Amino acid sequence: MADIPSDAPQHCPGTASEQAGKTSACQGCPNQNLCSSGATKAPDPAIEEIAEKMLTVKHKILVLSGKGGVGKSTFSAHLAHALASDATKEVALLDVDICGPSIPRIMGLEGEQVAGLSLCLSPRYVEDNLAVMSIGFLLSSPDDAVIWRGPKKNGMIKQFLRDVDWGELDYLIVDTPPGTSDEHLSIVQYLSSARIDGAVIITTPQEVSLQDVRKEIRFCQKVQLPIIGVVENMSGFVCPKCKNTSQIFPPTTGGAERMCEEMNLTLLGRVPLDPRIGKSCDEGKSFLTEVPDSPAAAAYHSIVQSIQAYCLSHVTREESAG
Amino acid sequence: FDVNLMLNCGNLAQVQHVVLILSGKGGVGKSTLTTELALALRHSGKKVGILDVDLCGPSIPRMLSVGKPEVHQCDLGWVPVYTDAQKSLALMSIGFLLEDPDEAVVWRGPKKTALIGQFVSDVAWGELDVLLVDTPPGTSDEHLAVLENLKKQHKVDGAILITTPQAVSTGDVRREITFCKKTGLRILGIVENMSGFVCPHCSECSNIFSKGGGEELAKLTGSVYLGSVPLDPLLTTSIEEGKDFIQTFPDSATFSAINSIAQTLLTSIQNP
Repeated sequence: MADIPSDAPQHCPGTASEQAGKTSACQGCPNQNLCSSGATKAPDPAIEEIAEKMLTVKHKILVLSGKGGVGKSTFSAHLAHALASDATKEVALLDVDICGPSIPRIMGLEGEQVAGLSLCLSPRYVEDNLAVMSIGFLLSSPDDAVIWRGPKKNGMIKQFLRDVDWGELDYLIVDTPPGTSDEHLSIVQYLSSARIDGAVIITTPQEVSLQDVRKEIRFCQKVQLPIIGVVENMSGFVCPKCKNTSQIFPPTTGGAERMCEEMNLTLLGRVPLDPRIGKSCDEGKSFLTEVPDSPAAAAYHSIVQSIQAYCLSHVTREESAG
Repeated sequence: FDVNLMLNCGNLAQVQHVVLILSGKGGVGKSTLTTELALALRHSGKKVGILDVDLCGPSIPRMLSVGKPEVHQCDLGWVPVYTDAQKSLALMSIGFLLEDPDEAVVWRGPKKTALIGQFVSDVAWGELDVLLVDTPPGTSDEHLAVLENLKKQHKVDGAILITTPQAVSTGDVRREITFCKKTGLRILGIVENMSGFVCPHCSECSNIFSKGGGEELAKLTGSVYLGSVPLDPLLTTSIEEGKDFIQTFPDSATFSAINSIAQTLLTSIQNP
């Protein structure tokens, strides 16, 4: 039940409120009996169902940023590729950006739509051990817009977590849209009984980005989501001709490094701007395979190793505590 | 008879034109270009307002160097913050209402919708030639809210869509175009931002975010192509520091590109 259902009266107190079904505004509302019975304040049964589903998923990583366009999807895709390069590992990438689902294109799965709005939530496979799910697969045309308000987006995310047949996974990576809103609250809420290893926060060096990213970090702290670390993307550009470095997105307030010091977080690494990254994404190819010797690829690999180490050390700590 | 509507309908009555700045995609430069277009219009003698409805990531206050001023109420509603004594550029942003700038606004859709409704009708803009509305990326609550509220007051000329050249960006902007068509919002044109980078050391041009997507998108969707703006570290630094780029670098190619887009936009809204 959405917090304020679509058929609620103007001063609906919210279905989860103590006053649900009991205020004068509730008179005549079709949901009044349901609310006053207390049913709407009970935890969503989907949370336990999802926790059950997630028992076969060893590690869950969220990729977040307060800011748009910093490279969350690019990073999520390449994290998935890097983890799946070990053929013994099962990896899945879940794209919960309902309005702007970039993952199908970046993973080379554009055009893998199923005819009509499908209830069939089978993930698509890039490799035998790399599965992908996105609302992009459920849209029949690249022009289709998903113009949904919060409650409907939340419902889709619940379905993605509960109804997709993920199977046994070593890693589930969740790519998110920018901001701190419905999608972020829902992901954290629905995974609340399933342990999330942590979040990787993506930023670019400039204060305009960091300003939003600090809010995302506060959000993580508020919902007690551990932060694995921060990645500074688009960190400088080396001109292919003269090899001089330009700071296109200048770290005027010290970049991610200063922010990590101030907020006591790990800086996982810096990835430089490289036109070949954007090109690979547009073509649906892995930059790590296309340009394996680039400084950006080396940066990615080092960051991925740190993330893997974090996830494994987590398991060890839990096992020894349990 | 809606008393509230009567009291508040005055607030946009003296605003001549309202333009939304949209993109399906995040990080393409909506806030940057909203700021720069506002400054360009102001420099050509117009009275401009900016309404920043990005509740999760309000960037405009920093870009205009207005810090954290106190926001006052008058009989007609909130008084916007002016960037200058002549009151030629007015701004309203949720950034002004937050106690702590690092505090996240973690609201679900309905709450965002309610605040945006207030922002549209309860800011006492006074006389403005153009009100630019900066939006967050996507096609969701904020966009529906701002559009519904503007339409109630019969006040929206149309939208400019911002993209970067690469397919990952135009892919999302196509969906935003559908949003505009579905909601009856006139598309004033497409702007391609981050259109190439000219190395300041050797002048070599690198297409960091690919090439040509903006024009292709305009052709594909039958929209007007308003122009392109290059990647310019002088612009990004200026925005970071809340400086007026147009005053500081009046001779730059970037300024000329922005100014040309601003003038085309003005012609388009003055002669629909």
